[in-house]
Amino acid sequence: MDLDALAGCLSSSSCLVTQTTSGLIIGMLLFLVAVGLTLIFGVLKIVNFSHGAFYMFGAYFAMTAYQLTGSFALAMLAGAAGTAILGLIFERVFMSRVYGADVLMQLLVCYAFVLIFDDVVRLIWGPEFRSMGMPAAFQVMPLFIAGGVVPPYYLLLIGVALVAAIVLGIGLSRSRIGKVIRAAAHNPGMVSALGINTGLIYGGVFALGGMLAGLAGALAAPVRSLTPGMGFSVLIESFIVTVIGGMGSILGALIGALLLGLIRSYGSLGFPLFTEGLMYLFMVIVLVSKPTGLFGKEAA
Amino acid sequence: MTELEAGRAETLVPARDGAALHRYRDVLIALVAFAVLASLPLLSGSKALLDFVIRCSAYGLFATSLNLLVGYTGLTSFGHGMFFGLGAYSFGLIMQKLGVPIPVAFIATLAITAVIAAVIGAICVRLKEIYFAFVTLAFQMLIHSTILSWASFTGGDQGLRGGIPRPTFLGINLADHVHLYIASCALLILGLLAMRQIAQSPFGYTLRMIRDNAARASFLGIDVWRAKLTVFVLAALFASMGGMVMALFVSGAYPEFAYWTISGEGIFINMLGGVSTFLGPMVGTVLLLLLNDTVTRFTEYHGIVLGVVILFFALGLRKGLLDFTAEWFAHRRDAGEGR
Repeated sequence: MDLDALAGCLSSSSCLVTQTTSGLIIGMLLFLVAVGLTLIFGVLKIVNFSHGAFYMFGAYFAMTAYQLTGSFALAMLAGAAGTAILGLIFERVFMSRVYGADVLMQLLVCYAFVLIFDDVVRLIWGPEFRSMGMPAAFQVMPLFIAGGVVPPYYLLLIGVALVAAIVLGIGLSRSRIGKVIRAAAHNPGMVSALGINTGLIYGGVFALGGMLAGLAGALAAPVRSLTPGMGFSVLIESFIVTVIGGMGSILGALIGALLLGLIRSYGSLGFPLFTEGLMYLFMVIVLVSKPTGLFGKEAA
Repeated sequence: MTELEAGRAETLVPARDGAALHRYRDVLIALVAFAVLASLPLLSGSKALLDFVIRCSAYGLFATSLNLLVGYTGLTSFGHGMFFGLGAYSFGLIMQKLGVPIPVAFIATLAITAVIAAVIGAICVRLKEIYFAFVTLAFQMLIHSTILSWASFTGGDQGLRGGIPRPTFLGINLADHVHLYIASCALLILGLLAMRQIAQSPFGYTLRMIRDNAARASFLGIDVWRAKLTVFVLAALFASMGGMVMALFVSGAYPEFAYWTISGEGIFINMLGGVSTFLGPMVGTVLLLLLNDTVTRFTEYHGIVLGVVILFFALGLRKGLLDFTAEWFAHRRDAGEGR
């Protein structure tokens, strides 16, 4: 415990800006992963334990595309599109077989793929740590806000995640496809009776969730190191986010992710060894006081 | 399915005699099993085989206790491994720091586990399904983080090193490999027998009713929360016993014992062996350990092999091996009787 460091930071504007920004980027990346998780749970009623693997694949796809083409935009596209396709195949070939089965069976299929995917990555990209490196376009002078240092790439990252949040929120509540998806979540039998292909919707939602996780991985690739198994800690954290926010709630995922990002970034100052413990403690406190999470609706 | 069959068979004998008969039969099976296991060192001098059985004892106690929650009560705990880790660490720390006799440390560890499990369980068991799974996972990771960050007490990521002292008691010297082996087998058999009694008791049938229809159980006047909490604490005690066997075996305790993967493996073991037969988790334990040992010998990519095997069970058999076999036999017998 180092409460002096925490107090010192809270009274310095430059430290506040730095820590808040780093909390925000952690939160935004987490949001992208968690919102996919919460969407898949909300519509398919599946707890996708292999979601972290899509984050990992997004990062590796982006790194490979960047090394081949040198284009940052293509790297992001490869991360997002590659994982979308992977998600679609995964859902249609494997997950669709365990719909309506025991929750344990679904978890087990996902667990199997966590093991398989981690080894596939080790086979293709090797077991060691890899890094993509910061693209040249962002190797510019950092911004100084109230004395705090903010790399421009962080702003891009926060911006992309915010745009994704807004598009998703509006898309689901206003567009026709969004309404069909919400209807399918509520009553798949009725939607299917109206002549809409629910299999297509399920596949689409899973692909969308995979894509968001892949995009998060691709966005994280320049600032984090890549390793097989990197998806796991992200998975656990995004589970905490979805549970804190309420499974199935997009707004909950956003608020939960930001809270967790800030806990991580300020917690690393005050409780350097117990930062992870703080997150779990926070989750326990939220669940004890409100078992469905902050924005969850269904009765627990 | 097999419970139904058993229920049908029991109606032939007056209920009380039937229960007593079953109890004698279980004790007899346990005695025979212990005799077979205990005579193993006489038949084979292989140290690796004895090590294998000791590991099976540790994981078997853990997995079977998890099945009290998953299979019997319908509580999918994702954090049951915390009690495995708690058992290993409490026992190791008590032995290292206090130097009390082993039985005292054993009882003290069970007491500590019971208190912690009661507190954690009281919070967890009022949550349902997926929320229960995640809050148990959170508690597990909280304990794991505590072990890692409280390095002065627990040794942090290095684990409890320096060996666990194993002084002789009642003529039993656990530092001796064969003595440790016999003690592990005895703990396993006693633990299994106790859990079998719990599962077959009226309380065990109450748990099944809660699993199948909690609302009905509640209407019948059962305190569902208290029953769930009781089984949560009981299961924690047996998991803690498994952790102690493990701590004695490796002469230490490591943070991995309290990591979430232990819980994941426990669930996997249950699915592999079967959750609706009492010995399913034991079969799963032997299968997983065998699989781990052979696969790691042939390839470093054992995740792929293990994953494919899991997929075979989850998508192919759709149930554990012992469940599958039991249902297959039941089906064949029914067909034979022309039903």
